[in-house]
Amino acid sequence: MSTAIRDLDDAPAEPAVNYLNASYGIKSWLLTLDHKRIGLLYLASITVMFVVGGVAATLMRLHLVEPQGALFEPETYNKMFSTHGIIMVFFFLVPSIPATLGNFLIPLMIGARDVAFPKLNLMSWYIFITGAALALYGTISGGVDTGWTFYPPYSSLYAETHVVAVAMGIFIAGFSSILTGLNFVVTIHKMRAPGMTWFRLPLFIWALYATSLIFVLGTPVIAITLFLLALERLLHVGIFDPAVGGDPLLFQHLFWFYSHPAVYIMILPGMGVISELVTAFTRKKIFGYSFVAFSSLSIAVISFIVWGHHMFVTGQAIYAGLVFSVLSFLVAIPSAVKVFNWTATLYRGSVSYEAPMLYALGFIGLFTIGGLTGLFLASLATDVHLNGTYFIVAHFHYIMVGGAVMAYLGGIHFWWPKISGRMYPDMWARISAAIIFLGFNLTFFPQFMLGYMGMPRRYALYPAEFQVLNVLSSAGASILGIGYVIPLIYLTWSMRYGPVAGPNPWKAKGLEWTIPSPPPTENFEEIPIVTEEAYNYPAIEAHHYPDAPGVARVWDGSP
Amino acid sequence: MGFDVLATVPFQPPAASSIAENVDTLYLVLSGITAFFTVLIFSIIFVFMVKYRRRKEDETPVSTHTPLIVELTWTIIPSLICAVLFVWSAALYVQNGRPPASSTEVFVIGKQWMWHLQHPEGPREINELHVPVGVPIKLTMTSQDVIHDFYIPAFRVKKDVLPGRFTSLWFQATETGTYHLFCAQYCGTNHSEMIGWVYVMTPTDYANWLAGGEKAESLAQLGERLFSQYGCDNCHVPEGNGRAPSLVGVYGKPEKLQSGETRVVDESLIQQAILTPNSVHLPNYQPVMPTYQGQIDSDQMLELIAYVKSLGSEERNGK
Repeated sequence: MSTAIRDLDDAPAEPAVNYLNASYGIKSWLLTLDHKRIGLLYLASITVMFVVGGVAATLMRLHLVEPQGALFEPETYNKMFSTHGIIMVFFFLVPSIPATLGNFLIPLMIGARDVAFPKLNLMSWYIFITGAALALYGTISGGVDTGWTFYPPYSSLYAETHVVAVAMGIFIAGFSSILTGLNFVVTIHKMRAPGMTWFRLPLFIWALYATSLIFVLGTPVIAITLFLLALERLLHVGIFDPAVGGDPLLFQHLFWFYSHPAVYIMILPGMGVISELVTAFTRKKIFGYSFVAFSSLSIAVISFIVWGHHMFVTGQAIYAGLVFSVLSFLVAIPSAVKVFNWTATLYRGSVSYEAPMLYALGFIGLFTIGGLTGLFLASLATDVHLNGTYFIVAHFHYIMVGGAVMAYLGGIHFWWPKISGRMYPDMWARISAAIIFLGFNLTFFPQFMLGYMGMPRRYALYPAEFQVLNVLSSAGASILGIGYVIPLIYLTWSMRYGPVAGPNPWKAKGLEWTIPSPPPTENFEEIPIVTEEAYNYPAIEAHHYPDAPGVARVWDGSP
Repeated sequence: MGFDVLATVPFQPPAASSIAENVDTLYLVLSGITAFFTVLIFSIIFVFMVKYRRRKEDETPVSTHTPLIVELTWTIIPSLICAVLFVWSAALYVQNGRPPASSTEVFVIGKQWMWHLQHPEGPREINELHVPVGVPIKLTMTSQDVIHDFYIPAFRVKKDVLPGRFTSLWFQATETGTYHLFCAQYCGTNHSEMIGWVYVMTPTDYANWLAGGEKAESLAQLGERLFSQYGCDNCHVPEGNGRAPSLVGVYGKPEKLQSGETRVVDESLIQQAILTPNSVHLPNYQPVMPTYQGQIDSDQMLELIAYVKSLGSEERNGK
């Protein structure tokens, strides 16, 4: 990578022509084939969806301040939590890191000029937007009250809301996932720069490769399932209706066959981001590269055979319960391996605490809690008590928000200088990371206790003895909300007023940091030749600081 | 209400069944493991953050290699912990899943948005369940419409209540008192109002409660009347020489169907035989039974099932 490193110093601070200003006008964005611009189109769209889902969550928490409900009729509350779940899962979390950072970074990280199929990439965005528009139409024009899980026969025969419109929105958006996954798989297989072997790939690429496999293999199942649900509602084909010989549990099997792997669609890319952040801010190779890489793949594979752990209390056979329980414990192991490796990467590192690193450390802590509380639910006897309660809500928010959203924000903060060419105020970013961490824990930790106490989820009204913990949770949610608004403000501000970042403000390794910020449309003037493995920090340090000693300090065991 | 001095303490739900303590012990151990590893990871991160903080902008950390033994250690130790947890929790689950043979059966029908409970002796309740302390109770449950879930947090039991089939759960209350009963599967607009109370009473109080209500016929008696009202007894004669098989003693036994499939006669099969008789008819009989789909509501279905089950027990008692 010697050429690449030379570029780093030779590049101008802010290139006169880059992908952002190469062409102007709304048309140049809506018809762009540039993977970086498409990444930004996704960024804008999912930010809108995040705001919609976030407003719904805020209203829910406000409502739950009082046992009798402070704001809404139960009917409206039910639409709120359904909207929140559907928007956040299908239209924010699933596309979040893959479609924004993945689109932006995969070609940059592997040394390519674009993804394998740029037109397909743009089409995926249009498909996503169509699906999102349909889902938004459904939720605004009357709402949907089935929860994001759409269980029949409630959703098929009893709900009187816009189930078909929203389900079809998800169905359509699913094709965006499938095509994006396909695009990424082919790109990673075929477009790597010379010398970029599989085991020189950044771990972010490994994580997105695993995610893309789930996109391609899992998403068709949810598409079929929701299509069947729409058929059932419109034509009453009876597949989920027990009165005519159908089986409502069949839906749950099909739904979770996708939706459990979908959990890993949401968390695996986050794990990839964390591997990048931890190495960059410790200036070290990742501890156990191949263990981290293969844990991503094994998570992707095992995730397809654990769906039954969502159905321990549906009356499924006791032996099915046993098998799904043991497999669910199994999927915990590779996640634990990742946490230990990230932590060990800090050992003897040169650790600094810019905002992205704070998000990364927050992720490791919250993901640890989220993962360990998963053991309560893989354990059959405790799952019987906790299933369907707030314990579940707390557990998956620790993974989805404490994990996936923290990683997403950490990634956005880390690559923002590359995306925008500008720096944001680091102090504000650190403050907001701290606010998010505290607000998050205050929101969701009390929900573990509520669940153990026995409070079921999706309750618009609740018995008075649960009020104290609910008020605490709502207080946390308002802090969390503030924490999310601050980055929105300073990141927007920085695009115009932030100081110029330069090609590599973090002095990080990786091909994306060898080119100007913002990158030119064609990414690399010359396709780089890769000669070393990922995260080879000693090399870059020796280059930057030729006088620096090879070893800064040796740990002598003293505190 | 005036019952819940205990429940105002918001950290521990009442533990009032024979399995609650075992589940709580497992919960406690899981909490301990979670706390241990969380504290471990947080403290290691904290120590490393301080100890290895960047002191000079130009410092280069030493490259650490990855010893295989370290990776194996932190793969194998969590695997062992998971193996122990699996065996423990699964054993508890299997053990908790089997109702004792001596259980008293109560029928449950869930419908939007209330619980109907039907005692074998006859009394019916809505959103309330009275049970004696120390007696195993088996609930046989079905739904009239969507999926519900019968959940008594104080007993640590929960099971989905499905339309078109029967599920069951059992418990043995150990403390008298009043406990929450929740629907734990989202079932529509008033899901959060599909709640009620379980009253655990001393055997004497329970006997008084049973005696105090309006005198009702038992489920099986009601079922027997329906059985002749619908003319079932024209063909299903006890001696077994009618146009249809005798139902005496069939409950709980495996039967080989015309389709070749062998199925145990349970609540679901009885219901299926009444609603779609040809789907389960027996090889030695003509498929002449009409369907009763739409004629028999779910209360009547329970009565008929209770009657068929009572025939089974007479047979077994006779031997």
